[in-house]
Amino acid sequence: MLSWLQLLGQKAIDFFQRLGRGHLLFIAILSGIPELLLRFRLVVQQVYSVGVLSLVIILVSGLFVGMVLGLQGYNTLVDFGAEESLGTVVALSLVRELGPVVTALLFAGRAGSALTAEIGLMKATEQLSAMEMMAVDPIRRVLSPRFLAGFISMPLLAAIFSAVGVLGGFLVGVSLLGVDEGAYWSQMQDKVDLHDDIYNGVIKSLVFGVVVTWISVFEGYDCIPTSEGVSRATTRTVVHSALVVLGLDFILTALMFGEV
Amino acid sequence: MPDSQSLVKIRDLHFVRGSRKIFDGIDLDIQRGKITAIMGPSGTGKTTLLRLIGGQLKPARGSIEVEGQHVENMGRSELFQIRKRMGMLFQNGALLTDINVFDNVAFPIREHTDLPEQLIRTLVLMKLEAVGLRGARNLMPSELSGGMARRVALARAIALDPMMLMYDEPFTGQDPISLGVVVRLISSLNDALGLSSIVVSHDIHETAAIADYIYLLSGGKVVAHGSADELAQSNSEWAKQFMNGEPDGPVPFHYPADDLHVDLLQKGLD
Amino acid sequence: MTTRLTEIWVGVFVAAGMAALFMLAMKVSNLSTYNEGEGYIVTARFEDISGLKERSPVTMAGVRIGRVKAISFDNDSLQAVVTMRIETRHNALPKDTSASIYTAGLLGEKYVGLEPGGDDKSLKQGDVVKLTQDSLVLEKLIGQFVTKMLDNDSDGKK
Repeated sequence: MLSWLQLLGQKAIDFFQRLGRGHLLFIAILSGIPELLLRFRLVVQQVYSVGVLSLVIILVSGLFVGMVLGLQGYNTLVDFGAEESLGTVVALSLVRELGPVVTALLFAGRAGSALTAEIGLMKATEQLSAMEMMAVDPIRRVLSPRFLAGFISMPLLAAIFSAVGVLGGFLVGVSLLGVDEGAYWSQMQDKVDLHDDIYNGVIKSLVFGVVVTWISVFEGYDCIPTSEGVSRATTRTVVHSALVVLGLDFILTALMFGEV
Repeated sequence: MPDSQSLVKIRDLHFVRGSRKIFDGIDLDIQRGKITAIMGPSGTGKTTLLRLIGGQLKPARGSIEVEGQHVENMGRSELFQIRKRMGMLFQNGALLTDINVFDNVAFPIREHTDLPEQLIRTLVLMKLEAVGLRGARNLMPSELSGGMARRVALARAIALDPMMLMYDEPFTGQDPISLGVVVRLISSLNDALGLSSIVVSHDIHETAAIADYIYLLSGGKVVAHGSADELAQSNSEWAKQFMNGEPDGPVPFHYPADDLHVDLLQKGLD
Repeated sequence: MTTRLTEIWVGVFVAAGMAALFMLAMKVSNLSTYNEGEGYIVTARFEDISGLKERSPVTMAGVRIGRVKAISFDNDSLQAVVTMRIETRHNALPKDTSASIYTAGLLGEKYVGLEPGGDDKSLKQGDVVKLTQDSLVLEKLIGQFVTKMLDNDSDGKK
């Protein structure tokens, strides 16, 4: 019995220690950002590997999610004779929720885990140590550019996801299922509000961008520098990112869309 | 051998990792212009010592002076200043894998100076020439053999003309030819560039060939020190076991365990 | 991957992202129909405005000519006060225009429909629309209908 308590206590202490380390690292990363504005090439390089290379999965997923929304939305709305509102349903679902959230999850899986693996491997092969010995701060040189790149890429990817999704819904709803083209767009334009929906969606994706990139970069930097350690860290990145994104999404949604 | 010529002075160094005492009161002197070797059985924390000198780790107790400055008390920016004058060669080279050989050697120069690219090019080519790899400058680290990677790492370590070079197990796992190359490079670079070198190793033959002074570590203490000849003739049990490669002695063959009799008669009741 | 090519791709990516955001703002949202622009303020009082919201459309002849700017409650008269902003270009609304609250479609949102009167003078900034008709509340309608039915019955029985 006592040993269980001990274990629990130890886990709790470890958890807080990690949390503390994570936040200290966050501050260190942020303090390295101003100087990046002078060396933007580093950031551009990372936006390529984190953003551009995620485009394919985002485009394809966005299209399919939009198409499914169109299909399912139509099936449900047609019972109420309200299939003209399909545009609204598709657009609001995407812009408010699915765009930011699904993009964040996909990003964590594709780009986040890649970041963790890369940084973890650099740690395991002593590249980070070597940089330290060459008087180069590995946090500023390696982590900050990747963090900034994630922050920049996420809202762009989420916007692309939503836009492509709306087009996907259009394809299915209008071309396949016969919803009136004019109604699709006009209903949507009527009900989707720039401030309430689009801005809030962008804010969500910015928050998710910070959180997912932070977790990815931290797990890599903090991992045990062995092959097993790196693999565990990559798994943790994806799992923790997913949990935090979904949890934050609830809080943000409640804050933003709580009282209509 | 305390001396005013010491570049690095370590006094009463204590370092603990977890519950293990890695260093239990060590005194060391690294002399200018000489090659000092730090040897001992695997796991005695020789690499840890290099990290302590470089300030990557902080000692539990004791002082580490590099050129008169106390490394163990230094803040971040001071550490970065002094590290620019230290070069370190890691066991597997630790080259940055996403850039080619040329860029790896140029890395410290680009990070710490504002020199024009033309000048950087000249410097890099010269450093690569010193290690014999000028022709390999466009290769990626993944295309290099282990020995070549280490040589590139060496070129990178001398890129900023440091005052001191630290080698972490440079002889381990090398074929005879690469071994010869490394040995020659360490000693010729030390003399040509007026460096002070610290070589951490457990290869007696190669180390004895080039080291001016050797420290033997075991169990967290300095168990013997002197020139290669002095150690070879030493009466110390430690020195004898290590220099002659005897399997049993002060460093025991058997990992601590119960009496054999007792173990065998346990009938699997472990 | 040369640096130049990388940078080109990043540029394309950022441009695509911006374009997507722009598209969302323009085609998807109500930006094009949303004009927090110039207009003059006109108020109207109602007994019941249930369902009417801020930014609900204000129409005449079925065309949107303005939006509801604010809704408040008058403690003295115990009425709802609806403040509307009519777009500047529609400045020839007769002074005796009436305002009613309608529902768009069966389950749709509420909006204010204006019907012109015959007055020569026009509504100006700060004027009050005098004739109003409240929002049709379903429960009241049913109640009215039931009452009417009962009346008819009792009439018939006489």
